[in-house]
Amino acid sequence: MAAWHNVVIIGGGGAGLRAAIAIAEANPKLNVAIVSKVYPMRSHTVSAEGGAAAVAGRDDADDSFDEHAYDTVSGSDWLCDQDAVEAFVVEARRELLQLEHWGCPWSRRPDGRIAVRAFGGMKKKRTWFAADKTGFHLLHTLFQTALSYSDIVRYDEWFVTKLLVHDGRVRGVVAVELATGATETIVADAVIVCTGGCGRVFPFTTNANIKTGDGMALAYQAGAPLKDMEFVQYHPTGLPFTGILITEAARAEGGWLLNKDGYRYLQDYDLGSPTDQPTMRSMELGPRDRLSQAFVHEMEKGRTIEHEAGHVVHLDLRHLGKELIDSRLPFVRELCASYQNIDPVSELVPVRPVVHYMMGGIHTDINGATPLTGLYAAGEVACVSINGANRLGSNSLPELLVFGARAGKAAAEFVSDVPGAATGPVLAQGRDEERRLHRELAGRHGSGGERLADIRTEMQDAMEAGAGIYRDEASLIKAIDKVAELKERFARAAIDDTSRTFNTELIAMLELSGMLDVAECIVASALRREESRGAHQRTDFPGRNDEKYLAHSLIRRTPAGESRVDYLPVTITRWPPGERVYGR
Amino acid sequence: MTTADRRYHHPVSFTWWARKPSYLLFVLRELSSVFVAWFVVYLLLLVAAVSSGNESYQGFLEWSSHPLMIALNVIAFAFVLLHAVTWFGLAPKAIVLRLGSWRVPPNLILAAHYGAWLVISVAVAWVILR
Amino acid sequence: MSETDDKHAVPDMPDTTGTITMEVARFRPDRESEPSWDSYDVPLRKEWAVLDGLNHIKDQLDGTLSYRWSCRMGICGSCGMTVNGEPKLTCSTFLTDYAPGPVRVEPLANFPVIRDLVVDIEDFMAKLPTVKPWLVSGDEEPAEDSEYRQTPAEMDDYRRYSMCINCMLCYSACPVYALDPDFIGPAAIALAQRYNLDSRDEGNEDRRDVLASAEGVWACTFVGECSVACPKDVDPAGAIQRYKLTAATQAVKDLLLPRGAR
Repeated sequence: MAAWHNVVIIGGGGAGLRAAIAIAEANPKLNVAIVSKVYPMRSHTVSAEGGAAAVAGRDDADDSFDEHAYDTVSGSDWLCDQDAVEAFVVEARRELLQLEHWGCPWSRRPDGRIAVRAFGGMKKKRTWFAADKTGFHLLHTLFQTALSYSDIVRYDEWFVTKLLVHDGRVRGVVAVELATGATETIVADAVIVCTGGCGRVFPFTTNANIKTGDGMALAYQAGAPLKDMEFVQYHPTGLPFTGILITEAARAEGGWLLNKDGYRYLQDYDLGSPTDQPTMRSMELGPRDRLSQAFVHEMEKGRTIEHEAGHVVHLDLRHLGKELIDSRLPFVRELCASYQNIDPVSELVPVRPVVHYMMGGIHTDINGATPLTGLYAAGEVACVSINGANRLGSNSLPELLVFGARAGKAAAEFVSDVPGAATGPVLAQGRDEERRLHRELAGRHGSGGERLADIRTEMQDAMEAGAGIYRDEASLIKAIDKVAELKERFARAAIDDTSRTFNTELIAMLELSGMLDVAECIVASALRREESRGAHQRTDFPGRNDEKYLAHSLIRRTPAGESRVDYLPVTITRWPPGERVYGR
Repeated sequence: MTTADRRYHHPVSFTWWARKPSYLLFVLRELSSVFVAWFVVYLLLLVAAVSSGNESYQGFLEWSSHPLMIALNVIAFAFVLLHAVTWFGLAPKAIVLRLGSWRVPPNLILAAHYGAWLVISVAVAWVILR
Repeated sequence: MSETDDKHAVPDMPDTTGTITMEVARFRPDRESEPSWDSYDVPLRKEWAVLDGLNHIKDQLDGTLSYRWSCRMGICGSCGMTVNGEPKLTCSTFLTDYAPGPVRVEPLANFPVIRDLVVDIEDFMAKLPTVKPWLVSGDEEPAEDSEYRQTPAEMDDYRRYSMCINCMLCYSACPVYALDPDFIGPAAIALAQRYNLDSRDEGNEDRRDVLASAEGVWACTFVGECSVACPKDVDPAGAIQRYKLTAATQAVKDLLLPRGAR
């Protein structure tokens, strides 16, 4: 069987839906399909909480695009591309307004205008929010709006296993339908990867179960380079045991981080001095990389709290009062009650750093195009890069909108101009892949093999130990060796389930295969970068080295199956590299 | 692309309504419509009897005082009460009243319904019993 | 936990051994024509949700068990199942609440079962677009560079109905949907009302034919269980009741008033 579409979008989250709508609007004649391993409204965009940043309004004279850009550039430790950031800040505002016109229930000021809140690393209040369920409302608004474009085809609960590349051009995908186990070659003139991040490569993450880096692995296996993969963001406030995110908005609304002595310890880490009301770019409103690093130092000093699920510090929201918590942070209260059995109105919330976001991803240009002709990427899976070495909170939602729309438009233009090509070789490749999948399913059945869960757990633990908040050469080499060992053992892993119908074990196996590649890319890129910058902290190379590493790492697979790391200079337009200053 | 034939469809069991009190209440309320209908018929019979003269009215009264008829009407009255009470319970869900920026609380809407019921009942009783 | 006939068991032994039995409904369409039960003992830990128990089974005991889950924080809507007879999000329903067990986990009721705990929700996915759950803009669309003004009070009118995560628990709880599968259902109607009551929306008339039909609000006989089952306090039953009044009022207006005055 084979299907055909002008553009296939892999992933139905925020970026994928935005891209689909952009294509439908750019050229209604184009045939667009979204292939997603979950129903669109299940996508992980749904879990974003705090907000989306954009300069709010023309009447907000005290904020400007330049300031948003500067905050983003300095937040990134100068590793972002400034041309991309300059375009981003302008279009972010347009996209958030577009969302408003589509019905997104942004929280409002009493006069009916959009409300904005403070956020970490931002000098001005410019984070739009829908209480603390911003991602949920954004995703459902996009999904429901996309329903009005009845020509957008959806393959819900289809898992893409391979990008088909012929003559140096991406020509389609092979996918498995979960419900039936049917495999299908889907031919396309362009493919946009919008599959999100890969937090599940680590053991303790805010990321949903589905965030297994599928798109990064697909692109890498197809020969496209991954960029800046060593930059993994730890969010400073996750709930212990589950890793569920407590939004940065909790601190933006005035929450404090306390160590075991009830002391606002961030003042010891060059993040400013405590004030009663939150101060922008200071203390609890510092950037995520610096706050997570401060936690590690507190732990080393023995000033964290021992909790049954590991060391924690306390997030104190008690002084905010019930009314503010219920109106601005209702989800925080709900999550604390459900998963920690505490009420933040009257109790301290135990939190610790947790893997949250990948700054790195598939290397794209400012239009979402990858070096592989016909392949585009947007959202967390992509690396444009506007985030560099550290993303600022509330920049990811506008990013997936801005670059989802850009990738959609670029792909629409590309397929309108591209000459047709023979589908024969593509279909043959597709048949090969379908046969491989059938072999995988048949050949892995049997006792005595390794359990997938064991390999996955060992990989996650190796990543945390080797490529966590602080790394060094020894820890990274150990992680590389471990991942290599796990890859060998993965080849012998068995699965219990031989059914064609909704075989989630088969999907878990395909996901794990990709995660091992992504894990290898993260550690290999981290090992090569011999400096400390943003979220990449090498204890053996503690300083930033602009002479050598003011450049993006690009990791790609050689034809021999090895990985190779190159560097690409960052684009600097107006803000030469400087010191990152917070709280002073 | 789907194989709907291999889906398993749980049959709806004959006693599904006994599984939860709320389901039972729902079925009883559905059933109450029969008794509401019966009261309408009963009222029409009364009107017919009255309009055909005293003799037929006395016959109607005699028929109505039969124990079986009394039992039926008591049961019917209980169902009609159930119908009325649950209907009133829904009213605050359906009616959202705003006076300026103040939203009339649901309990007040409910109380207004019961109040109106009481007033009308008293008025009817006054007409009959005076 | 095996049954034992030993009458002389030491009475002081605690009857929980730190485990809880999960009885899980299985349906393997390639092997059986109707569901059966499998039983597993899983660790009883205070922080474990029912979903953690299922994950333990899948990872350590039986890789063939199929179910959906993703965010494990009650917002993606994937993991709705029937737990001890009630529709629940298994990620926010805890094993200790069912101790000493057993905990019976079944797929959501009122949906065809694809496999094990996975149900087919295509019916909902097909019905959802028919109520036009998107903003229908009128003549007063703001300029590209500005927003619609909407006061917090205006947002309060529809905010509750915008919280639906499409988890399908309400359909599973609704006996009307069980008896009449053509019923559009609680979540879809609540989402239609979410837009109907939004001050920016002009789509009321466009949604009316579907909502005010026999398969729309008039199929609902107010069991109210949808609002009880809803994990996000959306109150779909309230949304439906409210639309009944709207539809009835509109119908009377249509009957009595000349076209222009409606």
